[in-house]
This record gives sequence, structure tokens and C-alpha cells, in this order.
Amino acid sequence: MLGKLNLDALPYDPIAIGGAISLIGGTIGIAALLTYKKRWGWLYKEWLTSLDAKKIGIMYIVVATLMLLRGLMDAAMLRGQTAIASGENSGYLTSDHFQQMFSAHGTIMIFFVAMGLMFGLINLVLPLMLGARDVAFPFLNSVSFWLFFAGMALVNTSLIIGEFSAAGWLAYPPLSGLEYSPGVGVDYWIWSLQIAGIGSLLSGINFITTILKMRAPGMTLMKMPIFAWSVLTSMMLVVTAFPVLTVTLGLLSLDRLLGTNFFTTTLGGDPMMYVNLIWAWGHPEVYILILPAFGIFSEIVATFSRKRLFGYKSMVIALLAIAVLSYIVWLHHFFTMGAGPNVNAFFGIMTMIIAIPTGVKVFNWLFTMYRGSIDFKNPMIWFLGFVMTFTIGGMTGVMMSVPAIDFQMHNSMFLVAHFHNMIIGGVVFGYIAGFIYWFPKIFGFRLHEKLGTYVVGAWLIGFLLAFLPLYILGLKGATRRLDHYDSSLGWQWLFIISAIGVGVILLGVGLQLLQLYVSIKQRHKLRDTNGDPWNGRTLEWSTPSPAPFYNFAKLPSVTHRDEFWERKRSKSKPDASPYEDIELPRNTPDGIIIAGMAGAVGFALIWHIWWLAALGLIGCIVILIRRSIINPGEIIIPAAAIKAYENQLLKRTRS
Amino acid sequence: MRKKTFLALLGGLSFFIIAATVFVLITGDNAVLNPKGEIAQKQFDLIVFATALSLLVILPVFALTIYVSIKYRASKKPVDYQPDWDHSKKAETMWWGIPIFIIIILSVVTWKSTHELDPFRPIQSTKEPLEIQVVSLQWKWLFIYPEYNIASVNYAQIPVDRPVKFVLTSDAPMNSFWIPQLGGMIYTMTGMSTQLHLIANETGTYNGVSSNISGPGFADMRFTVDSTAESEFYDWTQTSKPTLAQLDTTTYNELRKPSIPPNPTLFYLKEEDLYWKIMERYTHSSHKYHHGSNIKNESSSESSEHSGGHH
Repeated sequence: MLGKLNLDALPYDPIAIGGAISLIGGTIGIAALLTYKKRWGWLYKEWLTSLDAKKIGIMYIVVATLMLLRGLMDAAMLRGQTAIASGENSGYLTSDHFQQMFSAHGTIMIFFVAMGLMFGLINLVLPLMLGARDVAFPFLNSVSFWLFFAGMALVNTSLIIGEFSAAGWLAYPPLSGLEYSPGVGVDYWIWSLQIAGIGSLLSGINFITTILKMRAPGMTLMKMPIFAWSVLTSMMLVVTAFPVLTVTLGLLSLDRLLGTNFFTTTLGGDPMMYVNLIWAWGHPEVYILILPAFGIFSEIVATFSRKRLFGYKSMVIALLAIAVLSYIVWLHHFFTMGAGPNVNAFFGIMTMIIAIPTGVKVFNWLFTMYRGSIDFKNPMIWFLGFVMTFTIGGMTGVMMSVPAIDFQMHNSMFLVAHFHNMIIGGVVFGYIAGFIYWFPKIFGFRLHEKLGTYVVGAWLIGFLLAFLPLYILGLKGATRRLDHYDSSLGWQWLFIISAIGVGVILLGVGLQLLQLYVSIKQRHKLRDTNGDPWNGRTLEWSTPSPAPFYNFAKLPSVTHRDEFWERKRSKSKPDASPYEDIELPRNTPDGIIIAGMAGAVGFALIWHIWWLAALGLIGCIVILIRRSIINPGEIIIPAAAIKAYENQLLKRTRS
Repeated sequence: MRKKTFLALLGGLSFFIIAATVFVLITGDNAVLNPKGEIAQKQFDLIVFATALSLLVILPVFALTIYVSIKYRASKKPVDYQPDWDHSKKAETMWWGIPIFIIIILSVVTWKSTHELDPFRPIQSTKEPLEIQVVSLQWKWLFIYPEYNIASVNYAQIPVDRPVKFVLTSDAPMNSFWIPQLGGMIYTMTGMSTQLHLIANETGTYNGVSSNISGPGFADMRFTVDSTAESEFYDWTQTSKPTLAQLDTTTYNELRKPSIPPNPTLFYLKEEDLYWKIMERYTHSSHKYHHGSNIKNESSSESSEHSGGHH
């Protein structure tokens, strides 16, 4: 009846029990608070069933933030372990638990933090930037979010029921095959990514369509804000790369469920094929994350330098070049597999070519600042931190793109330092900067500036302390994923500094939460009264803050690249045309139901509960068919109501 | 604290941490930066070259960032503020051009060095290479010396200044074989035979590790390599063999069970073709499925030529 599931699946060692208890406790705490405040109905009607891209975006960011905290706790436990596990001291984690923890850390940080923050920010601002009322397919957007949520829920379920994969965040076979990983850990990994991955693919389709079809009249592609370009290129990568992930995970799950031999070591199975396939998705994935961060920094640098973005055309070409190149470099993740020198040299050279458009972007940003009038508000300070860390990461990346050098650095701590350098210094810094930048547009008030400055300080110093020692450790011969090491190697002091660095990053995150709290307390003082707190350039700043649920009362028409900036400069009069009725999609719980069923299918396949898998799958299909036949239709908001609401907003602005 | 003071402090502290890192890298005993063999030395030279070349771009970026941040800060009311200045053919040509030029140089060096330092490529020397077969197990390394009928676990001895040809496979999840002071790594995989040509040009003891996760005991997959004078190496190979435990299929099957041996052990190699028998465990059954690369590796086992070993 319950497949492989029985009481043995509950955690038994104290640290795992601690993790389970904190997760259950947190969930119960939130539920109790909602019940006490009588907010369940509100939550359901206003948020969970909403198809408003801005609300979906906020939900993405809330989930991603919670997952960031979980991923950081994993990181702190990992570095805490390596700080003390020298010589006779074996630390507080068993090697199996340590391996589950770094596998979970990588999986969560990439799929449920970075991807979540990215989709969150895109949802928040893309339609506003394009002068649109919503994304192209609002219902699909809700399905995407809830699939993301279901994947996240599945990863966290493994804390309580069963175990997580101990095979690393990319689960190379044969280690991840049944022979070496007979437990449910790898299955949790597969099905949470499979479900979240489908959500990502659907989001990709949604945002591409939004950009191509929903732009305001007059906004040609070359007049589109650069952030929209970065999203377009990133989403092109999503729709082409994620199917590869789906198929790869599918084949691995067939090996594990049905005993096929795609990636086994016998009967013609080929683990090397898996490594190729997973990186054929995995490398574009890195650029899926970083391109929107580039877009965010482009907007921020132009806004705070009070100057047009330098070399817009170059920037677009660079984005496209990076997107294309990101497909022909995947082999650099395994130069050491023994391919011939021609193959290795080709992929090495392709990799270093990516440095060219990336370097061009950096120079264009610096020349946007040049002859500008730079206001060093928080997002701009993040940009400075980004330039400093990202260029160091770029340098070590170029080094490792030379195969003969990579042989000495691959799978060492040097590599670990390099990719954290790119992911934290590039992606995370970019998304945090974007969050601060667009926060007033969504919530109607700015974040506390001074506390924010300390946040950058803690993140930057924490980052340097945590990761520069890892570069040294790599060159000392420390390989990644070691849960203990010999004391004669003289590594411990570097691991201790690294652990301190993680502590400083945690302090930074604590300050961020404090900043959020203080800002909410002082929201009246920090109120964004005119919708344009930073002297912005693009259309999202032409709406009141917080942006009304319909985004624009009258759809704007566009004549310039920096449309809003030009309007302010020419002191153009507001659009005097009459208000019109606005159609908005009706709320629906179908997204939650579909994702709930998908989550059940995943859980059932992990534990071999076949009836539940069949039921869930049928349920999904039934809901989809029902949704296709019975269209819930739109809500029409009459012109008079819009007018009244707009006047009220206007009055609030004046007062 | 005033924001300006704070930012200046922050920048200063950041540069201090970076400088301290560089100092430790240059002065400390860091395996990769302290090469003891020709291959590792050439890889070290490449690291220095690539770093220097990257710095040609990175240092100007750092300098420019600081310069424009100070000169064009709004509080200073920059006099040459030009809000519409958004392109310059000359400037953009320069920063497409210079990186392209640098990458062309690096590409040529990459192409040459990738061929020269291909792990499958025999090292040029007047001496015959010593062949050592390596098998990664859960969680230990087996070194087989077919010429001398000995085998050892987690220990290898090699003669100084004589090229060593490692031929490697796995009877466990994928591992990566790495002796940082002698040169870069290579993967070991079941049913595959990879090669790694290294040489030690100084006598000494070098650490070796697995750099790819292969299950719970992987952190202990460490081994040592002693580089000794040729005569000393010869003496070692002639260790009184009758007193040693024998390594044949039966004892090997015992050895391959997951374990972390506390000390290195030495065996008398009873089955000379043990390595290829281990390979066959994975390639044999795949014959009828025509797994091209496996068969190719197997058939090329006799010729140690560079091209044959690739998949």
C-alpha cells in the first residue's frame, strides 16, 4: 500500500532530527499565525490563487528567501564541519550526512534560490517594463510557480521522510545508480528537479511570448529596456536547455525504476553520456541565471549614473553572443574525462571566447558611469561589489578554460571558489541589487539605506573571507567534498577563515532581515510618493507605487528607449484620452491543484506507491482537460472604477 | 559612520584580503605552485602566463572602476556630466578589440599546450617509461606493476627522472586520480582505460588524492608517491616476494569490497593480467551491444599509443 515507505524513513541521528523538527516547527508556526490572525481566506483569495504576475513574483521571492536560509544553514554546517574535522577529529557530521548536505545545498541554491529569485524578479517588473498589464499566459504562470513550489516541498520533505541524495548536486552515475545509491535520496533529487524543471520550461515559454507579443505600441525590440533583452536571451536558453534536463533525469529514473541500462556500467550503459547530457543543460543554466543579473545591473548603472546606457547595441550583441556560446562549452566541465586534445582545445577556446562579450559588458557599464553623475545608492554599491568579485571570478574562469591548467584545478576547492565567485558575486549580488531597486515599485516604500550599506559590507567581506581561502586550498591539493582531512596537510587555518566568512555572510543576511523589519516599521518615512524614487528611465517608474493590480490604467505608447526619462525631460503632458474597461484574468486554484497532484506523483514514484502515482497523473490530466473546456473567463473592471481608483491614487500622491 | 567613510573602509578591507591571499599564494607551500616534475612545472608556467594575461584586462578594470566612481560621483557635481553620451565607435572598438587580441594569444597557447600536455601523450625521454596500472576501488587505490609482479594499495614508488605511464580504470564509481606536485588529474571509470603520463624530477614524497566523490569513504582515498633513485626503486620492487600476500582474483575480490585500509599494503601479483580482467568485468558483457569505446580501449591495450586510448 505504501510502497517502500515505513517507519524507518524517519530520521534517527540528532542533527537530522534537529533539521526535521525545525522544518515542522516552522511550518506549524506559520500555520498557527495564519489561524490566529484569521488570514487563511485572505491568503487563499489574495495570494495563492492569484494570477497577477506581481503577486506570483512576490511568492517566488518569499519561497526563494526561505530556501536561501535553508541553503545557508547547510553551508554553515558544511564549513563548520571542515573547520574542525582535521586529523583525529572527525567533526559532528557523518560522511554520509555531509554528502547529503552538500548535495542539498547545491540543488537548493541553484533550483530553489537562484531560479526562484530570477523568476520572481522577472514577474515583478517585466510586464511593467514592457508597458503590459500582465504576462502572456497568466494561468500558465501560476502553474509554473506552483510546480516550482511542489519541487521545493519535495526537497524539504526528504528532511523528514527518508533521506536526500548523497551523490552531489548533479548526481553522476554510476554513483547515483541503484548499485551505489539504493536508497530514496537520488529519487528525491530526480523528482523535485523534474517537477520544478517543467515549471521553469513553462515560464520560459511564457516570458518569451510576453516579450515578443505584449510590448507597448512603439516599443521595437531595439527600444526595449536592456533587462527585457537579458530576460529574452535567458529564456531562450531555458526553453532549449530544460528539455535536455527533463530527458536526462527521465533516463536516470528509468534506470532506477525499471532497471534499464542507459547510464549503468554494464549491458552497454554509458555513464559518460549522462555527464555530457547533464552539462549540455548545466552550462546554459549558468547563463540562464547570470544574463538577467547582467540586465539588472545595466538598468541600475544607467539609472544611478543619470545617463543613457553606454553601447546599447553592443550590450544586445554581447547578450546574444553569450547565449549562443553557452551551448558549445559544456565539455569544459570534464576536460579530465580523457577526450582527445583536439576536442579539449576546441571547448577550451570556445570557453575563453565568452570572456570577450562579458568583458565588453563590464567596459560598457564603466563607460555608462563615465561622464555620468553617479548617485551611490545601495543598488549601485552592490554593483561595485559585483565588479570587484566578478572580475576575480572571470580571471580564475579564464585560467580553468585552458585544459592543461584545468587538470590541476578541476574538482578542487579552487573550482568551488570559482563558481561561487560567479554565482554569488554575479547572480546573487545582481538579484539582491534588483530586489532593492524595484522594491519601492512593488511595496510602495524604499528599503532602509544605511542598514543596506552595512548589508553590502557584510556580504562582500564575508564572501571574500569565505572563498579566497578556498582558492588557496585548491592549489594546496584540497579536493572538493572532503568531510575530513589529515592534519599534516596544514589546511585547517584556511578552512577556519572560510567558516568565519560564512559567519559574516550569515550576519549580512541577518542584517537584511533587520533592514526589512526596520523599513516596514518606518514605511511612512520611506514612502515612495511619486512612483519614481530613483529618478528612473523606464516605463515601470511611470506608474504609481505600489503599482496598481492592472499595472497601467492606459497602455503607454513608446517613442524612446528611455521612454520615461525622455517624457520627464520633455515635460510631456499626461495622456488625456478617456479610460477604458480593463480585462484581467480571474483567480483560480487550478495551478495549486495541478502542482499538488504533480508533487504527489513525485512522492509516489520516490516511494514506489504505484496507485498514488497513477491517481495523481490522471488527476493532473483531468484538471488540464477541464481547464481547457471550461474557461473561467475574465473579470472586467469598468472604466469608471479605474478612473475613481486612479484619482484616489493621485490624491494620495499630492497629499 | 558616514557612508563615504564606510565605503572607503570597505574597499580598503577588501583589497587587504585580496592582497593577503596573493601573499599566501606566493609565499606558502602550495602543492600546485610547488611543482616537482616536468608536467607540473609546465602547468605551473601556464598558470602564471594565463594569470598575467588576464591581469592586463583586470587591473585596468579595477583602476577605471575606482577612478570613475570617485570622479563622477554626484555629490561632486561632475562638470563634464553628459547624460546623452551613449556610444563611441572608437572606444567600443577598443574594448571589443583588445580582449579579442588577448584571447587569440591565449587560444594559440591553449591549442599548443593542450596537445603538448595531453595526459595520453608519452613524455619525451631517453628512458623507457615505467608502466603502472591503477584501479580505483571503494575507497582505496590499487597500483599494479605488471613488469615486477608486485602491487600495492595506497602507495606507489617511482624512479626519479623516469617517465611514468599510469594506465587507469575503476572498479567503483568514477574517481579522479591526482598527484598535484607531479601534474594534473584524470578520471578513472569502469570499463574505460585512461592514461596519465607524469614524471618526478626530484626525489621526495608526494601526496595523491581522489578528487571525485565516490561514496561515503571517498575523503580517505589518499595515497603517497615516493620518488626515489632508480637503484632504490629497483630494490623496492625486489622486496622478498615470498613473504608478501598474494594478489589473485580471489584476494582481489576481497580487496574490492568497500573498506578504508588503515595502512598501505604490498602484494605479490599472482595474475599478471589482473588489470585487464578487472576491465573485462564491464566490457565483456557489452561486446554484443557493441559499445564502441570500450572495445576500442580494450583492443588497444597492447599498443600504448596515444591515439588508441581515447574514447
